[in-house]
Amino acid sequence: MNIHEYQAKEIFRQYGVPVPRGGVAFSGPEARRVAEELGGNLWVVKAQIHAGGRGKAGGVKLARSLDEVEKIAEEMLGMILVTHQTGPEGKKVEKVYIEEGADIQKEYYLGMVLDRSSEMPVMMASTEGGMEIEEVAAKTPEKIIKVAIDPTIGFQGFHGRKLAFGLGLAKEEIRPFIKFAEALYNVYMDKDANLIEINPLIKTGSGEFLALDAKMGFDDNALFKHPDIAEMRDLSEEDPVEVEAAKYGLSYVNLDGNVGCMVNGAGLAMATMDIIKHEGGEPANFLDVGGGANPETVAKGFELILQDENVKSIFVNIFGGIVRCDRIANGILQATKQVEVNVPVVVRLDGTNAEEAAEILKNANIKNIIPATDLADGARKAVAAAKGEL
Amino acid sequence: MSILVNKDTKVIVQGFTGKEGTFHSEQCIEYGTQIVGGVTPGKGGQTHLGRPVFNTVKEAVDATGATVSMIFVPPAFTADAVMEAADAGIELAVIITEGAPVKDMMYAKMYATKKGMKTIGPNCPGIITAEECKIGIMPGFIFKKGPVGLISKSGTLTYEASNQVVKEGLGITTAVGIGGDPIIGLSYKQLLPMFEADPETEAIVMIGEIGGTLEIEAAEFIKQNITKPVVAFIAGQTAPKGKRMGHAGAIISGGKGTAQEKMDALRAAGVHVVESPADIGKTVAKALGK
Repeated sequence: MNIHEYQAKEIFRQYGVPVPRGGVAFSGPEARRVAEELGGNLWVVKAQIHAGGRGKAGGVKLARSLDEVEKIAEEMLGMILVTHQTGPEGKKVEKVYIEEGADIQKEYYLGMVLDRSSEMPVMMASTEGGMEIEEVAAKTPEKIIKVAIDPTIGFQGFHGRKLAFGLGLAKEEIRPFIKFAEALYNVYMDKDANLIEINPLIKTGSGEFLALDAKMGFDDNALFKHPDIAEMRDLSEEDPVEVEAAKYGLSYVNLDGNVGCMVNGAGLAMATMDIIKHEGGEPANFLDVGGGANPETVAKGFELILQDENVKSIFVNIFGGIVRCDRIANGILQATKQVEVNVPVVVRLDGTNAEEAAEILKNANIKNIIPATDLADGARKAVAAAKGEL
Repeated sequence: MSILVNKDTKVIVQGFTGKEGTFHSEQCIEYGTQIVGGVTPGKGGQTHLGRPVFNTVKEAVDATGATVSMIFVPPAFTADAVMEAADAGIELAVIITEGAPVKDMMYAKMYATKKGMKTIGPNCPGIITAEECKIGIMPGFIFKKGPVGLISKSGTLTYEASNQVVKEGLGITTAVGIGGDPIIGLSYKQLLPMFEADPETEAIVMIGEIGGTLEIEAAEFIKQNITKPVVAFIAGQTAPKGKRMGHAGAIISGGKGTAQEKMDALRAAGVHVVESPADIGKTVAKALGK
C-alpha cells in the first residue's frame, strides 16, 4: 500500500526525520489559509498523487504571494496529472500540499528498500538528487552508494559513515546526516515499510538536512499491525475494478488486449497471459480467482472481465487440485445464469475429476461455451474466438 | 532416492487442529506421509486425527523424533512458529501460510539459518516426493514417480508442469514449491545441487516468475555446477511494468527482474528455456531423449 507525500511526512515528523513545515488543502481558499499560517514569503504547492515525476508534469509549483498560492492550488486541483509513473491515463489531483519554501544548497537522493539477495533492508544514497533515480542507477550505478543493514544489529554508526563519506559530505555535515539516516531506518523498520524514497533530500544554507519529498510504501501483509497506516489508504488512488475484485478475494489487473482470462493461482494466471500472447493474441486482464474457485468467485470473475468492453473472448483456465473440476464446471454453468456472458468462453479444466467436468459442460450444451483439452488448445481457441475465427 | 523428504520422514504439524491444518494433514496422511503428531498451544495431551497433540514443538520433537514441521499457523504468528521449530531442533520447516509480514519472515529466516534449520516457503504449496511423502497442499495424484526434479515459485503452475511431465510418460522425483514472497527459504540455488546429487533425478524443471533476481543467480550457478538437463519457464513475459500480479514477488520495476532478462540469462547458461508454458513436458522428454 502506498500513501501520499503529506502522510509520509507526518510519519517522518513522529520519528524525528526533519521535514519542512506544511499542510494539506482541498481548495484554493484552504491552501491560502495554510500558507498564511506557515508565514514567510515563499511557498511550494504540490499535487498529492501516488506517483513520482510530478515536478516535470506541472504538479509542483512555487508561489511568491498568498494570491499566487490560491491561484495555483485552484488550477492544480481537479487537473489530470500525467507522469512517467501514472500511465497515459494520468491521475486526478484531489488535494494539494502547501509547504514553506526551502533554502536549497545541495540535493541528494536517499532511499530504503528490501534487498532480496542479502535478505536485509538496504539504504541507498546518491549525490544525484532531484534526478530520475532509475536513470542514474542504469547509466551510472557507481553514483549510488548502498549499505545493507542487518536488522539484528540495527542501524550503526558505520552504516551512516559509509553513506556520508560516499556522498563526499564535509566533516561537520556527517553527524547531522547520520542522525537523519538513523531516524529514517527506524521509520522503515517500525512501520513495516517496503519502500521509502526521499528525492530530493536537501542540505540547506544553514547545513541542515531536510526531506523535501517523501514517498512511502508498506507491506500489505503487515497492515494489521498498523491501524494508523491502514487508515491512510486512499482508495481514489487505486483502480476501482481492482478494489472491487479485492473485496471478493480476487486479484485483477486490467490490460490492453481482448482475450479475457480467468485462472486459479497467480503463476498460472501470468503463464496464461503469456501463452495467449504466444498464440498471437493479447490478454485483456490478469485475474487470479484463488485456489478455491467456487461459483460465487467465478460469477464475480465473469462480471469483472465483462466490464471491459474490449473483451471479445474469455479463456477460463483452471487446474483443479483440492478443488474438484466437476464443482468448478457446475460453478461456471451457474455463473453463466447469473451473469449475461455474450462472448465465447473457452474452458479448460484439468486436474481432479477433469473428465466428469468435461462431461458436465458437454451435456449442458451452451453454445457460448467451448471446451478445450489442454493449455495450448485452450489458448489457441480463445485467441481464434477473439478474432471471430471460431 | 529423492531430495529432502521420503517415506521415512517424520513430520509434525504446527497449527494441527485448525481448519486448514486439519484438512491438509488428513490429505497428507492419506498420501502416506508419516504425520507423527502436531502442535497447538493449549491443546497438549489431546488426540487429533489419531495423532498426539503437544503444547510446544520441543515436546513434540522429544516424543516423536520428528525432523520436519509443516506450518499452518496464521500469518501474525507464523514467524514465531518458525523460530520455535528452529529452537526445538527441527531440520526442515515447510511454511504453507500465506500473508506473513515480510519483516517477520526476515527475522525468522535469520534465526532459522543460525540454528541450521532449512525452510521452504512461506506462501507455497510445500514439498512432495512422489508416491512417498507429501508435505503441503498440492493434489498428490498428479505427482507420479519418475526421473524429473521440479522447483517452482508458483503453486498451480507446479501442478500444470507435473501434469505435462506425467503425460509424456515421465514422472517426478521430488517437487518443491518455493513460494514467491520477497523472503523465501530454500531457493533454486540450494535445491539445484540436491537434484544434481540425487541419482534418480535425470532432469530438472525450474519455474520462475518476474521479480527479484533468484533465477539470474540460478543461471550462474547452473553454468558452473549443473550437468543434468534443466528446462525452465518464466511466468510474466506479458506482465506490464510496475504492476503487482498477485504474488508479492511478482513485481517488476525499472527493467529489473523482467522475464526477458531471466530467460536470456538461463539460455546463456545452457538451460532449455520454453516460451510457452504448454511446452514444458515436451521439452523435458526431448532433453531426456524420450
